[in-house]
Amino acid sequence: MTLETTLPLWVLLTSLIPGVLLFFLPERRHGVRTTINISAACAKLALTAVMVRGVYAGRRYETRIPFLADVDILLRADPFALLFVTLSAALWLATTAYAVGYLEGSPHRSRFFGFFSLCVASTMGIALAGNLLTFFVFYEMLTITTYPLVVHRGTIEALRAGDVYLRYTIGGGAVFLAGVVLIYSLLGPLDFVERGALPLAAREHRVALVVAFVLLVGGLAVKAALFPLHRWLPEAMVAPAPVSALLHAVAVVKAGAFGITRVVYDVYGVRLAHELGVMRPLAILAAFTIVYGSVQALTQRDLKRRLAYSTVSQISYIVLGVAIFGTLSTIGGIVHLVHQGLMKVTLFFCAGNLAEELGIHEVSALRGVGRRMPLTMGAFTVGALGMIGVPPVAGWITKWYLGLGAFTAGEPWVVAVLGASALLNAAYFLPLVYDAWFAAPASVWRAPSGRAEVNLWLLVPTLTTAALSLAVGVFAGFDFSPLGWAKLIARREFAE
Amino acid sequence: MSGTTPWISWTILAPLAGATLSVLVARRAVPIAVIASAATIVSVAATVGQVASAGAVSSAAGAWGAPLGITLRADGFGALMLATFGVVGPLVSLQAIGRRGGPRARRFLVLWLFAWASLNALALSADVFNLYVTVELVTLAAVGLIVVERDRRALAAGLRYLLLSLVGSLFYLMGVALLYAATATLDTELLGERVTPEPASWTALALMTAGLCLKAGLCPLHAWVPPAYTSAPPAVSALLSGLIGKAPYVVLVRLWVEVFPGSLGGGAARLLGALGALGIFWGSLLALRARRLKRVLAYSSVAHVGYLFLFFPLGTAGAWAGAAYVAVSHAAASASMFMAVEVVERSVGHDMLDATKGVAHRRPLTFVALGLAGMSLMGLPPSGGFVAKWLLARAALERGEWWWAAVVIAGGLLSAGYVFPILRGAFAPQRRSPELRRAPRHAELVSLSLAVVALALGLIPLRLMALLKLAGRS
Repeated sequence: MTLETTLPLWVLLTSLIPGVLLFFLPERRHGVRTTINISAACAKLALTAVMVRGVYAGRRYETRIPFLADVDILLRADPFALLFVTLSAALWLATTAYAVGYLEGSPHRSRFFGFFSLCVASTMGIALAGNLLTFFVFYEMLTITTYPLVVHRGTIEALRAGDVYLRYTIGGGAVFLAGVVLIYSLLGPLDFVERGALPLAAREHRVALVVAFVLLVGGLAVKAALFPLHRWLPEAMVAPAPVSALLHAVAVVKAGAFGITRVVYDVYGVRLAHELGVMRPLAILAAFTIVYGSVQALTQRDLKRRLAYSTVSQISYIVLGVAIFGTLSTIGGIVHLVHQGLMKVTLFFCAGNLAEELGIHEVSALRGVGRRMPLTMGAFTVGALGMIGVPPVAGWITKWYLGLGAFTAGEPWVVAVLGASALLNAAYFLPLVYDAWFAAPASVWRAPSGRAEVNLWLLVPTLTTAALSLAVGVFAGFDFSPLGWAKLIARREFAE
Repeated sequence: MSGTTPWISWTILAPLAGATLSVLVARRAVPIAVIASAATIVSVAATVGQVASAGAVSSAAGAWGAPLGITLRADGFGALMLATFGVVGPLVSLQAIGRRGGPRARRFLVLWLFAWASLNALALSADVFNLYVTVELVTLAAVGLIVVERDRRALAAGLRYLLLSLVGSLFYLMGVALLYAATATLDTELLGERVTPEPASWTALALMTAGLCLKAGLCPLHAWVPPAYTSAPPAVSALLSGLIGKAPYVVLVRLWVEVFPGSLGGGAARLLGALGALGIFWGSLLALRARRLKRVLAYSSVAHVGYLFLFFPLGTAGAWAGAAYVAVSHAAASASMFMAVEVVERSVGHDMLDATKGVAHRRPLTFVALGLAGMSLMGLPPSGGFVAKWLLARAALERGEWWWAAVVIAGGLLSAGYVFPILRGAFAPQRRSPELRRAPRHAELVSLSLAVVALALGLIPLRLMALLKLAGRS
């Protein structure tokens, strides 16, 4: 029982154990609950830091639990897993703090934070999964544990959104399972391996491999909200703001995009995937989703719905980067996993602040709000500029690498898609930002109740994530920046 | 051998003695039942332990050897079923013990001990006639359990069950007679060696299989299932759906694997598989339309019987493990669900689908039980149901027969369709909050423990797999 064999399990347990504990906590013990939540999140972050240093130094962390005769439950910290773990662990801390403030005085908080922790535990399992079976187990756990959060408010709309969410995700899970079983029955148990786990002999099952790929990616595409499987995501925005953050940035859509990346690189291997001819359709689908999501976002009047369609579009950047052959586009896709997370979580926090403090839900109600809530709108502006791709906010790095990668791979049409998307992003974000800062206020806002413009539990996480979105763009050159880490991953995936 | 392994006989004698004594000394029925149950659990555990360490064990009752006397034999499959009966059954019977021995609870306990003895005997029988006798005893006990509350609807359902079951037995018995005429033996192992492919043996197999399918409630012979499961008290439905419903299947597996192994994977086996698939779809669709919780669970049981029959067309070790795992995990999950329904019904006064509204906050343990057991029924990980479906789907694809895998996965989706509405109610707003009636606390705990068993089956499948492998028959 060394550190090397137990650390991945502990990263999982630091949210699983608090999750179970929180259910048993009496509703009114708010102080204890917050303490458990925050200290667990900090503990997880510390463990993650240890693993990041270790993996950078070449150490391996692996927990293997025998499950069935030839199948193990395997948790393993490779660089790609750690990218996702770090993102989720950091954003979990921010989102938990935010949720503490957001849910102040509302009922069923023990239940909420219980499921919230279980959700993050599932996400850790997804990130650290070392084979398809393990991935599937946690992927389904994520579905089940997010459902109570989506329907948390218990209103008719929330329940309806929950039904849509389940119909899509359970269906997607079943399709994914079919793919997993197919792979296992063809080739036996396979652990994820950089540059692809499929043995050379696998190439003779060409048709079966293509079918399995379609099933696997088709199942994952539901959570990644690829067109036409995206409809659940805008519906689910009825959930409370911290849940939206969880769905859009910390866990759910990320799990889909992360899974697609895993399947392409560490199951099939990028070369085999291209040989099978499945990557081009995927790239086209992703490109279409990018444009489609942006166009839809343009027509939404509700702020959170607009943000939701923006996510539909942005997640497909990751898939697009994965689907284009080459180191550069791979870096672009992988790094967007982090960049999109940071920027989108900021935007949803801001939307939550606006709704909580001033009751703003419609885009049109934002006029002049910059004067009343300058910090929140400042954070919002950073996020929006990042989404459009304005340097030095993180988003532009993604687009730069994606565009460069597309050129290198001989797919210049992708650059046109990126350009169109940037324009559309500008079209649905900039008027909003302009109105917020420069238009005359539509109504008289009530004065802030405390010293800050909004409850500090809400404001601090918002500003932190906004600052992080800036920082990862500005300090992209360092080894431990998301970009540096993405380069490390891409190098290993393409090494000869 | 019989001298060194007395435990195997005690798994039958202990509950039988308990049943008899608690009839005789009615005033002390509950303590007697508790002692008998404890003794049975110990002997079951010892027998399973022996099988796990030494492989199959057998014992000749009355020291008479094979063709003449009654031989009890515990192989891996038998031990697994013993363990299932020995974990799920006593847990369910706890709810009666908790009621402190009213006349109903007494009747329930006596009948349960009798059923338990018969079930154990069935799991340990190694000849086709003994299997017939034990399956009959199980049926009789089941009829008694269905009418334990003595209400009119239950009486009608019990009678229907009894009549159909007798028809099934008749078919089975004709098959036994044919086999005996052709081979002059009833021992399954000897039969396996002597049966020759000729019309008489095929007719025997067909008759016996048809009779057992009727008893097991395989679609389209499931008409007796819903009335029986819905009119009996939930604790009885838990036993019926979880344990007693599996008894005919155990006999069927013995018959096909030990006496007619050549037929596995053949045309007749494919017909059984197709009927199983039909049952999965038809049962699930009816469950989707059902408006009462008990009805949902009854149809879900019909669907799960369907999964069991997917073993026959595949016939591989993997498929066998999968089917056995369906049997075990469904026993725990279904019993847990029925016990949770008992709590809901007693708290709210009815078992309509919306009865779960409000129960979640006031009876959180029951809700957790519903959630965990529901996951197992849906086949979502981590749960026994997931392991079962995984094994079945993989076995199907390994034989290249992808359609069975598609059936398994589609069945899981359909079951999500009928399980989630039950859970969904828990998050719905309450328009009015009626005072909940007092519900038995121990029923809640029983339901939760069974759900935890269903969950645990998904976490530690290796042990049970090892037990199954010991039989090594298929």
